[in-house]
Amino acid sequence: MTTSAPVLDAPGAAAATAAPGARQVWQRLRARPSALVAGGVLALLVVLALAAPLLAAIEGQDPNTYHDSLIDSARGGVPLGSFGGVSGDHWLGVEPGTGRDLFVRMLYGARISLLVAVGATVVQVVIGVTIGLAAGLGNRLLDSFLSRVTDLMVALPMLVLAIALTAVVSDGFPRPLLLILVIGLLNWGGTARIVRAQTLTLKSLDFVAAARLGGSGRLRVARRELLPSLAAPVITYAAILVPTNIVNEASLSFLGIGVKPPTPSWGQMLSNAQTWFRADPMYVLLPAGALFVTVFAFTVLGDAVRTALDPREASRLRIGTRASGRAAARKGRTSDQNSAPEETAS
Amino acid sequence: MTRYLLKRLGGALLVLLVLSVAIYTLFYLAPGDPARLACGERCSTAQVAQVRERLGLGDPVLTQYAHFLRGIFVGRDYSTGTALLHCDAPCLGFSYKTDQQVSQLILDRAPATLSLAVGAMVVWLVVGVGTGLLSALRRGGITERVLTVITLAATGTPVFILGLLLLMLVCAYLQWLPFPSYVPLSDDPEQWAWNMLLPWLTLGFFESAKYARLTRGSTLETLAEDHIRTFRAYGVGERAIVGRHALRGALPPVIALNANDFGTVVGGAVLTETLFGIPGIGKTLVDAVRLVDLPVVVGVVLVTGTMVVLANVVADLLYATADRRVALR
Repeated sequence: MTTSAPVLDAPGAAAATAAPGARQVWQRLRARPSALVAGGVLALLVVLALAAPLLAAIEGQDPNTYHDSLIDSARGGVPLGSFGGVSGDHWLGVEPGTGRDLFVRMLYGARISLLVAVGATVVQVVIGVTIGLAAGLGNRLLDSFLSRVTDLMVALPMLVLAIALTAVVSDGFPRPLLLILVIGLLNWGGTARIVRAQTLTLKSLDFVAAARLGGSGRLRVARRELLPSLAAPVITYAAILVPTNIVNEASLSFLGIGVKPPTPSWGQMLSNAQTWFRADPMYVLLPAGALFVTVFAFTVLGDAVRTALDPREASRLRIGTRASGRAAARKGRTSDQNSAPEETAS
Repeated sequence: MTRYLLKRLGGALLVLLVLSVAIYTLFYLAPGDPARLACGERCSTAQVAQVRERLGLGDPVLTQYAHFLRGIFVGRDYSTGTALLHCDAPCLGFSYKTDQQVSQLILDRAPATLSLAVGAMVVWLVVGVGTGLLSALRRGGITERVLTVITLAATGTPVFILGLLLLMLVCAYLQWLPFPSYVPLSDDPEQWAWNMLLPWLTLGFFESAKYARLTRGSTLETLAEDHIRTFRAYGVGERAIVGRHALRGALPPVIALNANDFGTVVGGAVLTETLFGIPGIGKTLVDAVRLVDLPVVVGVVLVTGTMVVLANVVADLLYATADRRVALR
């Protein structure tokens, strides 16, 4: 906060004590070059993914046409030419074995990746906020039941369950939707925990008590008073969930239980690439690089958003305070773990 | 202590029961006829009916589940019409594809998974804790910045990217190692180690990012405590403070996390096993899903769940043992 007009700027002042306002967060984000670069990379990725059909038309290719003339059938289907067959017609070369255009397949892969990750995050946030609010506002019985369920969801290895679930769903079910649901339904535990903890804290604050005294029911309090205050922590956490979900989609596709061919996906390309990395290293490096850059950019941005929303976080980790250490020791977790990205599968 | 342990184990059992109900119901509600799946593509309608009878698939769900649960504790008999087929005590049924007992199948695959888990654990503890301590010791310096960036980049990067790049570099280009193919420890210990080296490094490096963050964070928290300030006031050197005193406070969460992770990996490191073709529990699951071998899928999920839940209890116990300030309730 600047000291110029603290009294007149009442909403801003209120925001500074509770949660920083959007403008302030934006200013803090802007001050971090790494966050800007990461944000730029992700914005570019989103634009590329959205414009995939357009870019494919400009290049004059489509994702599923085989080009037998561009691969060396005598050497098992290695692309002709250097760097995996890069040319004016095929900007990133062609796929070994089939000759399909890699540039377009990478773009369509980005679409699947982002669609599934964002979709799954929405499912996770909706379920997590609902369960967390219900646990935080409900009576003791409901709270302890929901908390146990949440513990269970956090503890169980998500990938193993997701794999098992894909075995029992019929082949006709649209694959991207299945991935969104499977990842979303299995991984909401973290969000629910955070929302419950926040709700318990907020519940005891004056403005919530005032609303209760004013005659608002539980549902109204949840919607009008609690949800706006929950936005900041939930957004922070969602920013961490997206890259985790990207990795989960890639992992399932890598295992051959993600989207079905011929729909392209980065994980699936990496799985195919296993037989090609000596003859055609480009085929490994492209999807691996894309996946790495995307996840890294999301991680950096998530980190920056967290610090922007709560600048104390950064300084606490750097210096360390006795209070946080003790509290963490009592809880059996350290504070670093709360802010660490969601775990991904091995 | 004993009361706490009983309470936790009771809770764990309850969790597993819920998991088994959920997974069994799913399995039962799955589209497609389990009897047809069990019998195979070329079965006649009469044969399918026979299989349905033998597996008790005509019974109500609850009865089926009760039989299944009983089978886990006391074993189970299947009648083929002419002979009795016995399934031993932790009975998880028979594989649709190989007709092997599922429990035996999982047991056969366990050594490969255990080999992977133990070696990888050594790597992630050495690399992760080492990196974390180093960056806590050199805080504010260039070393810490570099390590922080590397750790951040490694966090969340899928394990198969690291594995593929290592395979490409070490096996395809430098040709320092042959492409790994699993050799059981009992066959040839030396070949076993050479072939497991790359999987160990891959899984170990992947997990170590988490340990680096945790070690750094909890070391810094411990360093800010009063007793450390007292040591400093007495003139104890920085190296001794970090290496001896801060480490002691920093280790309990690392130990707890390690127990958790070890449990998870023993339950099946699906991606690492698939990438390197290690015939472990995780790869069994992936193969079973591809073949729609439902009893194996259910079995692996239950075994993995058990490992994870037990590891959780062990982690809490270890934490309390390592850090006396934590009371078990």
